[in-house]
Amino acid sequence: MHTPQDDVTSDELEKAGVLVTSIEFIYNWGRSNSVWPVQFGLACCAIEMIATAGSRYDMARFGAEVFRPSPRQGDLLIVSGTVTKKMAPQVVRIYNQMPEPKWVIAMGACAISGGPFKNGYNVLKGIDRYIPVDVHIPGCPPRPEALIHAIMTLQDKIRTERSIVEKDRSNPAYGKTSREFPVPVYDGHDLKPPFNPDVWKPPSMTV
Amino acid sequence: MKPFDIQPLTQRFPFVHADAFGNALIVPAKNLVSIVEWIQASRLYLCDTLSNVTGVDFLPKVIEEEGKDSEGNSVKIKKNIPGYIEVVYHFYSIELKRGPLTIKVRSNGRDNVRLPSLMPHYRSAEFQEREIFDLYGVYFEGHYDLRRLLMWESFEDFPMRKDYVPPNDNEYEPIASRHSGGDA
Repeated sequence: MHTPQDDVTSDELEKAGVLVTSIEFIYNWGRSNSVWPVQFGLACCAIEMIATAGSRYDMARFGAEVFRPSPRQGDLLIVSGTVTKKMAPQVVRIYNQMPEPKWVIAMGACAISGGPFKNGYNVLKGIDRYIPVDVHIPGCPPRPEALIHAIMTLQDKIRTERSIVEKDRSNPAYGKTSREFPVPVYDGHDLKPPFNPDVWKPPSMTV
Repeated sequence: MKPFDIQPLTQRFPFVHADAFGNALIVPAKNLVSIVEWIQASRLYLCDTLSNVTGVDFLPKVIEEEGKDSEGNSVKIKKNIPGYIEVVYHFYSIELKRGPLTIKVRSNGRDNVRLPSLMPHYRSAEFQEREIFDLYGVYFEGHYDLRRLLMWESFEDFPMRKDYVPPNDNEYEPIASRHSGGDA
């Protein structure tokens, strides 16, 4: 990765018409500037997501305007809205079908925690119980500016990730093996299991 | 839209009476289909639209009434009121530009609730009766395809009933006491 000294050197070299960089920087630069979201909406947050993709807020400025109708072509899953217990297995399945590397934005209070419907018998209390979430956006629903901020935060995250050298990899998404997250099944009253312990554990509370 | 005049209906079916607020008719379950057939056909009503079907759950309760014991002293007598499920129908007449006509049907108890289906008379009853079956557990007899609508097939119990205990998956946050295991 770049150090400040590197930047001074590369600035001087750039003046001479020479570009020195790492292959990792090129990869991350390319990935961060073409994050293709999966075209997938769940509730009112999806309306804000659609507005963000439209011309007024114009997500195309960040290279994230190509909403793909197939998870096989998507890099980013924007969980935009309430995840009901009936819908949660399908969300995990869509995430499993996306190729690596892939990222998740939990958009809005419902996707983070269940939001205003948290005490409902049918509402999943946060999608991070089943899949790893990179960026959480609070709000009900978040404004398009907030979603753009989340995409910029995700871009910053992608740009600083170690993606090439195997032993330095900070994110298992860059590994060669495909990660398959267990899909919860419907049980008598709740999903089974109620959360994936590899991804999420209830925080320990001392009373 | 002007409301219906319920006078002809209560004259035709004298056992029908208005509820405590006077804006709905309480109909015995065994007469529901004949009354619905009549308001569909009668020139005074011509109810061509069943706009809404919903359910209400009433838990059994104990009330205290003033009474006299065998020696003539005034005492309070406890009276058990059994629980029931109420199904509420809203009918409109687009032809006459009138409505709504609210009809309530009460079940006998809360276990194995069986009421006649209006699906043969109003196609719009199909999904709404399926929803009531799903959430309140009312078995509509005569419904062509009575399955769960919102919850999954293997779901047990009826979640909108007042004594339903939802699963406690608020693992670390204090929650309302009606959830199982919560101690808030």
